[in-house]
Amino acid sequence: MENSYPTRDGDGSLVRMTRSQLRSELEDGTQAAAARAKVPPLTTDELDHLLDIWASPARFSSVDIGDEVVLTYDGSGSKTVGTRTQDLLIYEQMMGADSVELANVDYSFKAVKTILPHEAQNMKDAQLVLTAPVMYGAMPNLGLYSQPDGPVPNWSELLPLTKIDEARAAQEEAIEHAVKDMVAVADAMWEAGADGIDFDTAGAAGDGDFLATLQAVEKIRAAHPDMGIEVGMAGEFVLGVHAQLEYDGVRLAGLWPREQMELVRRAGATIFGPAVNVNTRKSGAWNIARALTLVKPCMHVAEIPVHMNVGMGVGGVPMSSHLPLDAVSRASRACVDILRLDGL
Amino acid sequence: MGMPVAHATASGMCGMRAAGDLVARMQITRGMRIREAKAYVAERLGVSPFDLSDPLAMEDVRRDHHLGRVTTFEMSYPSESSAMESKFRIADLLDLPINCVERFARHAGVARAATAADLRG
Repeated sequence: MENSYPTRDGDGSLVRMTRSQLRSELEDGTQAAAARAKVPPLTTDELDHLLDIWASPARFSSVDIGDEVVLTYDGSGSKTVGTRTQDLLIYEQMMGADSVELANVDYSFKAVKTILPHEAQNMKDAQLVLTAPVMYGAMPNLGLYSQPDGPVPNWSELLPLTKIDEARAAQEEAIEHAVKDMVAVADAMWEAGADGIDFDTAGAAGDGDFLATLQAVEKIRAAHPDMGIEVGMAGEFVLGVHAQLEYDGVRLAGLWPREQMELVRRAGATIFGPAVNVNTRKSGAWNIARALTLVKPCMHVAEIPVHMNVGMGVGGVPMSSHLPLDAVSRASRACVDILRLDGL
Repeated sequence: MGMPVAHATASGMCGMRAAGDLVARMQITRGMRIREAKAYVAERLGVSPFDLSDPLAMEDVRRDHHLGRVTTFEMSYPSESSAMESKFRIADLLDLPINCVERFARHAGVARAATAADLRG
């Protein structure tokens, strides 16, 4: 009888699978991604290496010495033990963080804009006591600009009524508001001494969300040539909620990571963060193979660092708020070993 | 904690325990990919890229170059560089503008070029 190994499902549940079952899951995952995104599946050697990582009872897995990469964050602490600055120090001094990210718990540019002087002061104070680079992060979150939370008509209500033109016009107006807020926050953070700004979950509200981010990045780059700019995506595929929006002549709806990265670079970002969402009904092995297959095309053509999102529910890490070390470390190692990423 | 600790241990460069913060700066500010960023920092520090993730090797390098070190026990190296002072050194060593350093020098009325020269002396 074939040995079985403890492994994780996409929701984090601990299950047991044999080597043959894990192999089958990996192959199914890469084929699913290849078919959907029309990209090559992982090679036999790559699947063999993934199988070695997954078919192991070890509690922890890691890259080889010398293969380490840079870590950036989407928030590093949220008054976990005291102030946010104390949290950043804990990340720097005790958790081996290569960089840290100051963030507000609301984590949306629109919300941050209303308390910007406080956030900027916190950035300035943090810079006095931290040696590692300090980014400021938030989400573009275009949906917050629609009624009842925001000023423009709600396109999610207009679309089911087939008011397509009105829904598109609402998104276009929301984009203008979002760009202004993102640029205002970036300007204030730069004035306060930030090393960079992180746009997290770009494209979460679809192509309008992504366009707003790209336009904001372009303006920020023009104003601050030395500012670090990271764009982390919300998912592997840009949803066409508007469906006619373009950036630099490229239609945004339907873009996969490689094409997303190219536009992010063109806009002026210094780091791109692809995201591939986890299917909680599939195994961890299936999900990591799918995620790596979708991001791999980026790595051959990247001109800026690629920091893949490998966190709760993305990048092959289970969808859970209490993540097990075995699952995170395997995903972390797999992403670096297979993709030769620049960071996570 | 499970996620950041797991990543830092499984694949991170250890931050200030080694030279992860320095390599991160080249990526964040200059958009360098990992191989290029490691090579650049290693050349500037006079070490090999392999050494950059080694806390023991980098402890001496960071101390010698006044680049800041993680505190141990209750000792905070009172006679050595503070965070901001270390960042002046890092900017100088990497030949990289660090935003808060430039602003600190401007607000303090210290010409940045003179500051760098003084530090080297």
